[in-house]
Amino acid sequence: MARRDSSTMGQPSLAVAGERLTPNLYDIAIFILIAAGFVALAHGAREIAAPADRLVGETIVLDPLRLPEYVLRTTLRMFAAIIASLIFTFVVATLAAKSRKAELVILPALDILQSVPVLGFLTFTVAFFLRLFPGSELGAECAAVFAIFTSQAWNMTFSFYQSLRTVPRDLVEVSRHFGLSPWLTFWRLEAPFAVPGLVWNTMMSMSGGWFFVVASEAITVGDTTIKLPGIGSWLAVAIDAKDIHAVVLAVIAMAVVILLYDQLVFRPIVAWAAKFRFEQTAARERPRSWVYDVWRRARLVRRATQAVGWFNRFLEGWTPRPAAPVASTEPSATTRLLDGFWLALVLAVVAYALWHIVLFTRASLGFDDLATAAGLGLLTFARVAVLIALASLVWVPIGVWIGLRPWAATKVQPVAQFLAAFPANVLFPIAVVAIVAWRLDPNVWLSPLMVLGTQWYILFNVIAGASAFPTDLREASTLFRLRHWQWWRHVIVPGILPYYVTGALTAAGGSWNASIVAEVASWGDTRLRAAGLGSYIAEATEAGDYARVVLGIGVMSVMVVSCNRLLWRPLYRLAERRYRLD
Amino acid sequence: MDELLVVDHVRLAYPKGSGENLLVLDGVNLSLRNNEIVSLLGRSGSGKSSLLRIIAGLMPAIGGSVSIGGRPVKGPAPEVAMVFQTFALFPWLTVLENVEIGLEAQRVPPAERHKRSLAAIDLIGLDGYESAYPKELSGGMRQRVGLARALVVHPRLLLMDEAFSALDVLTAETLRTDLLDLWSEGRMPISSILLVTHNIEEAVLMSDRILVLASNPGRVAAEIKVDLPQPRNRLDPTFRALVDDIYARMTARSGKAAQGVFPGAGISMHLPGVSPNLMAGLLEQVASEPYRGKADLPALAGPLQMEIDDLFPVAETLQLLRFAEVAEGDIRLTDAGRHFVELDPDGRKKMFAQHVLAYVPLTAHIKRVLDERASHAAPASRFSDELEDHMSVQFAEQTLRTATSWGRYGEVFAYDEDAGVFSLDNPA
Repeated sequence: MARRDSSTMGQPSLAVAGERLTPNLYDIAIFILIAAGFVALAHGAREIAAPADRLVGETIVLDPLRLPEYVLRTTLRMFAAIIASLIFTFVVATLAAKSRKAELVILPALDILQSVPVLGFLTFTVAFFLRLFPGSELGAECAAVFAIFTSQAWNMTFSFYQSLRTVPRDLVEVSRHFGLSPWLTFWRLEAPFAVPGLVWNTMMSMSGGWFFVVASEAITVGDTTIKLPGIGSWLAVAIDAKDIHAVVLAVIAMAVVILLYDQLVFRPIVAWAAKFRFEQTAARERPRSWVYDVWRRARLVRRATQAVGWFNRFLEGWTPRPAAPVASTEPSATTRLLDGFWLALVLAVVAYALWHIVLFTRASLGFDDLATAAGLGLLTFARVAVLIALASLVWVPIGVWIGLRPWAATKVQPVAQFLAAFPANVLFPIAVVAIVAWRLDPNVWLSPLMVLGTQWYILFNVIAGASAFPTDLREASTLFRLRHWQWWRHVIVPGILPYYVTGALTAAGGSWNASIVAEVASWGDTRLRAAGLGSYIAEATEAGDYARVVLGIGVMSVMVVSCNRLLWRPLYRLAERRYRLD
Repeated sequence: MDELLVVDHVRLAYPKGSGENLLVLDGVNLSLRNNEIVSLLGRSGSGKSSLLRIIAGLMPAIGGSVSIGGRPVKGPAPEVAMVFQTFALFPWLTVLENVEIGLEAQRVPPAERHKRSLAAIDLIGLDGYESAYPKELSGGMRQRVGLARALVVHPRLLLMDEAFSALDVLTAETLRTDLLDLWSEGRMPISSILLVTHNIEEAVLMSDRILVLASNPGRVAAEIKVDLPQPRNRLDPTFRALVDDIYARMTARSGKAAQGVFPGAGISMHLPGVSPNLMAGLLEQVASEPYRGKADLPALAGPLQMEIDDLFPVAETLQLLRFAEVAEGDIRLTDAGRHFVELDPDGRKKMFAQHVLAYVPLTAHIKRVLDERASHAAPASRFSDELEDHMSVQFAEQTLRTATSWGRYGEVFAYDEDAGVFSLDNPA
């Protein structure tokens, strides 16, 4: 399902699992396992004997001179998470691609984890890590990094897995024919082939990550308050102090960081990754980056990369030689027996997990709790649906207009990507001030915050789609003088549909997540609250009510997974089948 | 004479949808001596590429044995190197790095690796392009990289899998000539070449011996010694006579037409992906001047820019539909074929429908099922399941697609791609 195209920035690739639309046995089993994981974490968290009003971290001073340090700390957290995600990707995706048994569990797990609201995790992970490193800031740091990691790793792993499974057959044959060891095959064939998809997904993950790093630095779980030095904590302190200047400073600082990140990290890597595109002809337009050009010219750097090569060769010396090809015949009786054992093992673990979930929830939750959460879930669902529809109505025509004009596209596309990466929660306080000042209804006016940061995914995907729209089809439709409405219905909407679906799916997923921080907002001691599943989870978190957090996350996950399965994936498949242009 | 390669009773089968296997190679025997170039000539589906992969140790056979230099092949052997049809170069490695990859795998020290690779690049006429990436090169240059990569590991046996078929005519000819020059001057570190091709002229041009592979299942049907001196001239009458002779041998089995050209019988007959437009095109061509209803297939292939792989299935489909007869390298239109050419598009459709219903059991079967059902509709899966009991999933898919395309052209039935449903509704 990974699609490859040659838009200037790389390749939007919808990293979602295969063809299945309806949940199967494995989906349900995996869902139970994941839920049991939450329960176990929540159970562990309860046992922490946390002293009342404990503060982990340090006191944040709203001094502009300290801001660069905070920003740096935030950025470091971000990079720690992306490195963790990459390691996870390499290990887990390779495992899934090479082992059928691992694949059976990993794929549905990734699919569901991708849809779980990450911010809901925070409660448990904070409690877990604080317990792991008692009395130290390290636990809170780990929790923050882990939160970012959970927002990034899944789609990267999916992308890498898909690449590994689609390595061109002739190159696999060459590698085997010349006797390349598995290690050499990985670095010469599999990893390079996966680079473009992985880079694109990593960059998308990074964009989303800024939101979570801001959200995870300053949180309150029950009686424990965490304030890690960083821009998120600065913002939290500024909100408590009603200091609008500090908020504006944070917005500026964040903008600078994202700009630097874009120029120094994103663009050079995309330019470098272009080398690995699997194409037989040189693309007319290559992604450019001045940093990458400088890098390539620097002699010192070339030496450094050579050193990496030596190290690699050194490792290569220690890896085993390739084995003779094994006849891939029908599964033998032993394999079938092992498969049976594997299935039995998975089922046993699932049954055990289910038992624990029942025990845990029966102790503190009733059926009316489930009804409440589901009702609130529908409210939030309505918000997400309306907002994505509105955002589409606004951004699809604008995106098409821009995308069909190359001069505009090259100017606007980076801006759209910048806006998508900019953590919208930094802007929340400003919106809250406005709502408070004009006495607006939070039930309505807090909602736009949910798409504040995510609508840009729709815009830049539509721009990419419209830019890639073939000129001959445009010319043909001009020649036939299609009427305006006809042109929209038969030409451009089908043409950009795969891109739009990718963008809207990302935007919708992001909005569900954002609801946890957007439905509850405060300014000083004024608290705004919109009824919904997001605020339900947020309030349960603050109260340290783990059972309700688990319930809220569970309900939200089910809703997001259902949306993906029932709406987005069929749409994407339709777009792929009917409207693919190649 | 010492034998470099011995292939003894090699069998290969692919699993089919239901229990039993589809036999691809059946009891293939061949041997290769030092200092000779041998061609494996066969049509697509004769299993010639699979045979090459078994020899290269990339694929295990289900029976028989392969030995190189007296040692049985149990995996990729160091004495063998292969050149691929698709070039199979790593797009992210430079020419030099691509050539070095085999030596890197053998853990040859970097300095020697470098020296040997540069020598191979030089030999094959690529000097100056060491640091270029494959996508910067033309097809011919890319295949030269593929050749250098194979030669640099100093194999005794060079395998070439349709190595020239992805190149344009002129480039392919230049590369063939260069390769033959290097061979005759003894400048390549190899003792023998085994090349797989479906191009008869290429086989006659390059090899000392030609092994003709018959299809379904693949086996060696004939061995032809080519005694013409090198360099060979395509226009030489002896050369032409040999090409015609091989054409005739490759079409000879059409004598048993009653039993069918295509493997399988009844609804499980494998249908090739030949479009009705292509059939009409060939019929028109044969009907027109200078052929007037009877043409020599090799002579026809040239002006049509088609190779036997493209031409044979079309001719044989015409034979299946009784529009033409194919024998001894000739195609002759039947009365029905002559009549078809004279009709207008609508008349052609009607006539095509009659012939398809009469001679293609699967299309007739679909039509019958649709007639019998009250709804006059049936899902495609109903037929693909049925086909998969007799053939592999890929063949089933191609066969059903072909039957669908022929049925649609003849307006025998309609097919809704999205829903995957056959029906008798006429969308008009």
